[in-house]
Amino acid sequence: MSVAPAQAEAAERVLEVANLRAYYRTSYFGVSREVRAVDGVSLHVDRNEIYGLAGESSCGKSTLVKTIVRAIRPPLTIIEGSVRFDLGGRACDLYALDQARLAGLRWRHLSYILQGSMNVLNPVRRVRQSFVDFAFRHVGKPMPQFLRQVENHLARLRLEPAVLDSYPHELSGGMRQRVTIALASVCRPDFIVADEPTTALDVVVQKDVLALLCEVQRQIRSSMILVTHDIGVHANVTDRMGIMYAGRLVEEGRTVEVIRKPRHPYTAHLVTSLPRIGDAEPRKGLEGAPPNLANPPSGCRFHPRCPLAMALCRQQPPPMVDVAAGHRVACWAAAPPGPAVVS
Amino acid sequence: MSPLLDIDRVGMTYVSGTLLARRVVRAVDAVSLRLEAGRPEIVAIIGESGSGKTTLARMILNLAAPTDGTIRFLGTEVATIRSKRARMDFMRQVQPIFQNPFEAFNPLKRLDRYLFMSARRFAGARGAEIDARADRALHQVGLSLAEVKGRFPHELSGGQLQRAAIARALIPAPKLIVADEPVSMVDASLRMSIVNLFRSLRDELQVSIIYITHDLATAYYISDRVLIMQRGQAVESGVARDVLANPQHPYSRLLKESVLSPDDAGKPFVSANI
Repeated sequence: MSVAPAQAEAAERVLEVANLRAYYRTSYFGVSREVRAVDGVSLHVDRNEIYGLAGESSCGKSTLVKTIVRAIRPPLTIIEGSVRFDLGGRACDLYALDQARLAGLRWRHLSYILQGSMNVLNPVRRVRQSFVDFAFRHVGKPMPQFLRQVENHLARLRLEPAVLDSYPHELSGGMRQRVTIALASVCRPDFIVADEPTTALDVVVQKDVLALLCEVQRQIRSSMILVTHDIGVHANVTDRMGIMYAGRLVEEGRTVEVIRKPRHPYTAHLVTSLPRIGDAEPRKGLEGAPPNLANPPSGCRFHPRCPLAMALCRQQPPPMVDVAAGHRVACWAAAPPGPAVVS
Repeated sequence: MSPLLDIDRVGMTYVSGTLLARRVVRAVDAVSLRLEAGRPEIVAIIGESGSGKTTLARMILNLAAPTDGTIRFLGTEVATIRSKRARMDFMRQVQPIFQNPFEAFNPLKRLDRYLFMSARRFAGARGAEIDARADRALHQVGLSLAEVKGRFPHELSGGQLQRAAIARALIPAPKLIVADEPVSMVDASLRMSIVNLFRSLRDELQVSIIYITHDLATAYYISDRVLIMQRGQAVESGVARDVLANPQHPYSRLLKESVLSPDDAGKPFVSANI
């Protein structure tokens, strides 16, 4: 997978996120609180590419993808930044569209596999009706043809047509997950966002589901953002990956390089702390707790837990700096301040 | 040596439905396992969802009675423990740790309440000793009573909460801890601190641990022996390093091949069994 098809052809940007800030803002009885879940994230995704997002729980991964697909609800507000897609050959700013246009875009061009999507299927409707609810209006074919298309698509995901007549509770976890992948890909969208699609599954099923997800992605040539905290999944599936810590991107690059040569101490910790079969030398967990995003540490947000922290880290947040072609990192130790940074 | 825990061909059958539409599920089928007293070890029970791992744990903890076979703890058959006093005595020696620390504690109750209650009921502590016991147990897991006192579960991170759950289990000084997927809800960066903690419990406090998981890498890392289960049956068991390095049963091999390792970066991703 990581042979990077993006390199073979001219890299074409499908998604461009610029300096995105999204905070959870609440105000009760005159006490207002602001949780800075996404704080200045810029990234881009090319056509036919799988982009991975990693980081610990509560680092803002899910909030970031929610803002990317504009699935936000009130306490979550966009403070600044933009999300631009190139969907169906047309550039569009998701936040400038009205609801009707957005509804036409969803599922047809942009689909979203939610966290715990096993529980997304309506429990009192058969799977067939879920397909009709979600996808029928986007396909623009009469019902019999639409259902034939759905059956063909399910066959591609190695699901029997009989699945359509089942209720969700009659299917196993792995089958339900494949059904939600089928739902998200049946309209051959240009862009798929998958938020922890395999976290609830055990190892054997996880591998199958990921293999299918990649196969579908290759067949319909869409781009994908895959969110998971499992570095093993990223190593196998994604082309490029970004590491998030406390609402910010701290490192980004080609997956092979990020995992083999991590520059940020947090990434290095994530990669080296995992035990491997065949190697039992002692490994350490990360000390300290994840920062409270309502009151994040000053400067670099990782400094209270960082083994390399310097005085500068406490004062100034490090900028994202290119350290190699396509490899960016936000760390004062990895990219010391100097004339190169200022430019 | 006398056995600490002796599981002898234990089985569990769940029957559901009515007389005409009966469904019989054999959740655990003739599983045997022996842990020796005086030789603390970590035994990992590995298997996919639905392989009967949790049912086995519930039977060891006397939360469910086996339909056949016996489980003996220090010579007493666990299923015959009925009276309140005998149950308390058993719980003093065998303690559970559950998968999701956020579900294990009542979100409306302060966390120290659980620690104090365990100290009072299981360790028989009174007065100032209650606090001392709780504090000592918390120090064993790298926390302190000052950090935990008066706080609600949502005020702690998942890793801290799971440590507090382990501290609670340590208060009665148990001989055996049954940990059911203790790290699957804790994310990668904190997982290792919990796993290392289990190792130090074995080495320093002489506690035997039954570690139930589907994560082969951490099982390899900490356990002395493994038992691999598939559809209720034990398909392979032995010394952890040997079994996981060179699995013999086809199912154990499939499990090992399915582990996605960070070392695979750059290699093509293929799934063998689709």
